[in-house]
Amino acid sequence: MLWNGGDSVDNDDSEIVGEFLMECQEGLDQLDQDLVALEERPTDGELLDRIFRCIHTVKGTSGFLAFGQLEKIAHVGENLLSELRDGNLLVNAEIISALLSTIDAFRDLLTSIEATGEEHVADNRALITLLTALYENGVRPEEAMAPVAEATPQQETAEATPQQETAEATPQQETAAAATPEKAAQNKTAPVKNSFIRVDVQLLDMLMNLVGELVLVRNQVVQYTQDKDEPAFLAVSQRLNQVTSELQEGIMQTRMQPIGSVWGKFPRVVRDLAVTCGKQVAIHMEGAETELDKTLIEAIKDPLTHAVRNAIDHGIETPETREVAGKPREGTMTLRAYHEGGQVNIEVSDDGAGIDCEKVRARAVERGLVSPDEAQMMTERESIALLFRPGFSTAAAVTNVSGRGVGMDVVKTSIEKIGGSVDLQSELGRGSVLKIKIPLTLAIVPALLIRSGGDRYAIPQVNLLQLIRLEGEQIKSKVEMVLGAPVFNLRGKLLPLVSLNKQLEVEVTESSDAEQVLNIVVLQADDQQFGLVVDEINDTEEIVVKPLSEQLKGLKAYAGATILGEGKVALILDVLGLAEKSRVVTDHSDRRHSEIRNSGDVEGSSLESLLLFGDGENGRLALPLRQVERLEKFPQGTMEKSGEFHVVQYRGEVMPLIHVSQIIPNSNSEPDIDGPLNVVVYSHKGGRIGLVVDEILDIVYVEMSADDMNGTEPILGSVLVDEKVTDVINVERVLGSNQILAPKLMGAQHV
Amino acid sequence: MSKTQQFCTVQLADLYIGIEVERIQEVIRYQDMTRVPLAPPEIRGLINLRGQLVTAIDLRHRFALPKLEGDRLPMNVVVRGDDAIVSFLVDEIGEVLELQEEDFEPPPETCLGITKDLIRGVYKLKDRLCLILNTDRAMNVKTIG
Repeated sequence: MLWNGGDSVDNDDSEIVGEFLMECQEGLDQLDQDLVALEERPTDGELLDRIFRCIHTVKGTSGFLAFGQLEKIAHVGENLLSELRDGNLLVNAEIISALLSTIDAFRDLLTSIEATGEEHVADNRALITLLTALYENGVRPEEAMAPVAEATPQQETAEATPQQETAEATPQQETAAAATPEKAAQNKTAPVKNSFIRVDVQLLDMLMNLVGELVLVRNQVVQYTQDKDEPAFLAVSQRLNQVTSELQEGIMQTRMQPIGSVWGKFPRVVRDLAVTCGKQVAIHMEGAETELDKTLIEAIKDPLTHAVRNAIDHGIETPETREVAGKPREGTMTLRAYHEGGQVNIEVSDDGAGIDCEKVRARAVERGLVSPDEAQMMTERESIALLFRPGFSTAAAVTNVSGRGVGMDVVKTSIEKIGGSVDLQSELGRGSVLKIKIPLTLAIVPALLIRSGGDRYAIPQVNLLQLIRLEGEQIKSKVEMVLGAPVFNLRGKLLPLVSLNKQLEVEVTESSDAEQVLNIVVLQADDQQFGLVVDEINDTEEIVVKPLSEQLKGLKAYAGATILGEGKVALILDVLGLAEKSRVVTDHSDRRHSEIRNSGDVEGSSLESLLLFGDGENGRLALPLRQVERLEKFPQGTMEKSGEFHVVQYRGEVMPLIHVSQIIPNSNSEPDIDGPLNVVVYSHKGGRIGLVVDEILDIVYVEMSADDMNGTEPILGSVLVDEKVTDVINVERVLGSNQILAPKLMGAQHV
Repeated sequence: MSKTQQFCTVQLADLYIGIEVERIQEVIRYQDMTRVPLAPPEIRGLINLRGQLVTAIDLRHRFALPKLEGDRLPMNVVVRGDDAIVSFLVDEIGEVLELQEEDFEPPPETCLGITKDLIRGVYKLKDRLCLILNTDRAMNVKTIG
């Protein structure tokens, strides 16, 4: 046996070594999965064969390339496996663990070979002794007949001292084991996949770039032919058009990988972790064939692993606890992936204990993330959102698995970095589901093109909330200065305004137009919204994202650059970077504040945002802001009569108008329809209805119970606002009543 | 027989500079570029080179020379870096020279600060000197913020 721990490799061999390394890496990934599967199906001869073949190959090639340590470990591993294959030994948890450690040792050595071309000197004697001991003293089928102790996780720690009584073998396994050799013989000739070739990713990237360039040329040619009257040329250009599109699609396809390539390592992770935590966990996977762009596959690897570890460590209970709760001893963890609406959904769910919101809140208070008062007001959803805060960890004790203060916040930020979103749902005692949504590909994203300081920039649409254009007088009335910073009053929320020209320090191109028009792009950065003031808002376009060079990577304002349709380069703005630069996003206490204000939008929330308005004799009234689409002011002349009721033309639609005093019971106010109309635009059953009010006062946030919100009375209830009782109108109910399109409409009686 | 190396020569104000031929991808005329606000002034912008993003570095600025006068447009010397492609903007492109190692000397001590950092050495030609550009240092423009 060779034991020469430091054989160097000639340059001539480096290619062979490279190929060997690549083959081994792939083989080992498969081995991990196979070994875990073997533990479940200890008698699967085909599986055993595959494992045996793989280790045998490692042994053979490493011997040929004179990697002594590798060969030695592979040799003892093979000995053990051949005993298993021949049915002389039975598979048990200890053997699987030892074989998994063998693979880890392989990996370790391979990494050093990759880095230095040599095996580093590592002490693997303990492992070799263990493997040899298992081979010599392992559980023989005849011994398994004797009563055996069930394998317990603690034994895992005693890996180095082989124990005989750890076998989990059951009579069924034994009988099946006897049949193994026959079965193995039948499966000797497994089909070999040889319809695939290895391609350098750089080559694919280059092809992708070339196709991008071809698309631009194609666009120019097509443009050119449209101006000419040459049928023959037109036909050729159409063909070019079609072929280019197909080629582009094909190249995109080559970069797609099934998500299973990430999931592949999870059975091993789950097994190791379950053993360490003393839990029993089965893992199920659905949709492993769902395809994603290669860069995304790389990007989700770590966050997904973290989520899986988290679910096992914090989510799934110990077998004893589960039994008490009336659940099967073995917990189930499910990974699901599927395409939906141009996005990939990934779900990590477990049937564990779920999230105890009380505990989460208590923990958050303890950690100083929120004040006790704030914690009291939090809804279930908001409490769960606390888990994603930096510095939060619910593990009662810090384990070596998770709970080191970095946790779900890392998952969230890494997913958001690739344009995805994370959502955690939980039912106490039943388990929890982590839903991750990510775009299909990072390379191509829809973006909004804007112009500032004479240059064009792209803003990824994931960050985009809405566009606002203010003209003339509106600018003065809607934009205010708070502590020297401009803010825009967006439906009662104060939206900080950031000038892109100022942030990018570009000189402002003075135009007569600039004074009169203010273009605001409302963006979401982290938990905060802000308005970016730009010179011009152009179009949306699907852009190909290209990273910036080393020289420019330090600039936080940009996420990359792209080449536009006409061939010019445009920078892609990094919304979060811009927000940080302009100090819109600051520390957590500020964000917390905004969350409370936003919580009216959150379903099931007890905090409801109400629109306060005055209505003549009826005094002050309120209505839930939930369905309010916009607040508008129409000049008197714009109201028209259509049949029985009044309408206005609004965004290309005809919108009926109703006066509030006509829909509230016992109204003692007459609608005032002279002068401009204050209209609350409501979305109702797919259409829009304008609710005319005398004046719009304010927006307030009031705590209301869900029962209140779903009431059927015309008046939902009364709330205290500024120490005055205010009736809240149930708009759904009054609009939903049958009379709605009959005489109740404004004008039928009064005009 | 002494070793020789090939250099592409460029003119930068009154400096005669040589760039190793192996590092050069191509030499092209002036291209439209997109400026990058907030970037250091020596970065003139981004060029679309057949679908690839190229960062244009003003070599005059690197050597602390005054801007190119009048309407004269610079030429691009496209050079391969470690992970990206960079274009050096120069006044004019000269010929490719094959230079003898024995004519090479390290930069003279009297060279001024930045210039000394950016050149690897000097070749003595018959009638003039050719400064050899330290390509890696010349493209090493870092940004923060």
